[in-house]
Amino acid sequence: MTATSGVNWGVGDLTVRFGKVEALRRVSLEVKPGAVHAVVGGDGAGKTTLLRVLAGLGLDTDGIIRIPPPGRIGYVPPDGGVFGDLTVTENMEFVADGYGLTGWQKRSSALLGRAGIARFGDRLAGKLSGGQRRKLAGSMALLPEPDLLVLDEVTTGVDPVSRMDLWRLIAGAAADGAGVVIATSYLDEAERAGQVLLLHDGVQLAAGSPRSVIDGMQGNVSNVSSPDGHRAWRRGRRWRQWDPNGERGGEVTLEDVAIVAELNAEERMP
Amino acid sequence: MKSVAAAGVTRRFGSFTAVDAVDFEMGPGEVVGLVGANGAGKTTLIRMILGLLEPSEGSIRLFGQAQTRQQRRRIGYVPQNLGLYRDLTAQENLEFRADIFGAEPPDAPLASEGLVADMSLGAQRRAAFAAATQHDPELLVLDEPTSGVSPLSRTKLWDLIRQRAEGGTAVLVSTHYMDEAEQADRLVLMSHGRVVAAGSLESIIGNRTAIEVDADPWDRAFAALDSGSRLITLAGTAIRVLGESAESVGATLAEAGVEANLRTVPATLDETMVMLDS
Repeated sequence: MTATSGVNWGVGDLTVRFGKVEALRRVSLEVKPGAVHAVVGGDGAGKTTLLRVLAGLGLDTDGIIRIPPPGRIGYVPPDGGVFGDLTVTENMEFVADGYGLTGWQKRSSALLGRAGIARFGDRLAGKLSGGQRRKLAGSMALLPEPDLLVLDEVTTGVDPVSRMDLWRLIAGAAADGAGVVIATSYLDEAERAGQVLLLHDGVQLAAGSPRSVIDGMQGNVSNVSSPDGHRAWRRGRRWRQWDPNGERGGEVTLEDVAIVAELNAEERMP
Repeated sequence: MKSVAAAGVTRRFGSFTAVDAVDFEMGPGEVVGLVGANGAGKTTLIRMILGLLEPSEGSIRLFGQAQTRQQRRRIGYVPQNLGLYRDLTAQENLEFRADIFGAEPPDAPLASEGLVADMSLGAQRRAAFAAATQHDPELLVLDEPTSGVSPLSRTKLWDLIRQRAEGGTAVLVSTHYMDEAEQADRLVLMSHGRVVAAGSLESIIGNRTAIEVDADPWDRAFAALDSGSRLITLAGTAIRVLGESAESVGATLAEAGVEANLRTVPATLDETMVMLDS
């Protein structure tokens, strides 16, 4: 546990502009220590913008931003975070030097072990597989024992075996008391987090625990053999149909809720 | 007539066997999900089906005939990187591709969104799908076709894929995401070059289970279980342990003085792939 554990990080009523474009509009996220928060949405939803704000990167913002000092934040950007022409060990050493860490070797070995890449210490990071590179990036972000860990699409395109190693790192960071924020476009992955925030076109569609987000959806979603209107979508050979006035019956998934929220947002658009 | 019929197909690279004695069939109108971890042999099998690699042993027949170069006009393929020219517009991509395949470009031009490089990922994926299907292929091969797009965009892409299948196209989807695998009519699971299970999601998972550990606070349970080669992951604030009995997990927790509720639950597709790989 770190000295600052117990503090909630996050943003309140956050608006971010790029010139005249609002990339995020009045988004709020409370990041609790020891918990994993998933920011979910497709491309253009604003996930990366929100995570950049949490990582302390200077942007044109309005609203409340509560983040630890730079030395207490771990951040993995969407497609990088490692130096391809350094070895795995040299990448870790580079982070240790940058953060002024001493006695970091033991923690480094433990992290690389947890990530399943301990045996590649002397390999150039550029020669690692995509999944191994993401695991190295995660290990580097965790080396300074951050209070806030911000991971942007760290599991996208990564196979299930490496994904499990990454989740082991993520869970370990949360167990050590860090507040963890991950961005993903996959709902089944988001359901592993304690808290989810659904974003679409820069707007927050829903937030809370997966259970509360599912329970909070208006109406019901059920299987039908043929669609009625535009509030239906395919699931294999069958259709799922949203009835805004329906009584809850069978199982509703987080994916159903995300689709309904997007349909709602489209209907509200002029 | 089968769209794809692979019998005893093996592909070796030097001393490494990437695909090992695989039998695989799919018919017109079927949507088949090809799932497995990296290195399972999915990509090699697909490259052989596309005619880009020759099997070391065994045979692949497409549309009831031995493989020929001419058959490629009957196949549509969308690779993971989409295969679009990024410095052309979507419409220019379609017209260029139509010329190559000797197909008519679509009547209704795609909404112009400028160069492909400037389009949203969802729009790029729809354009890649349009480019791969404008010659009305009888076999469509898609590599993670909906990765990275929003949930609603994903369902719209699946609607296009399903319409093709209903028109008689055989659709082979390679993926390691549950959200995509659930959309297929049936799944074929590969591990270490072999087909290890085939059928519905339920039959692929079979009787594999995970142990779900509920403890308050969960972090102490995680610390106690996070050791050695144990396969563990998180599900909300519960911890899931793979490939170990509830008794053994319970004993580890008791030794660390952690009180927890343990339940044996069905494994997920992800967890099934991980257990097969380890």
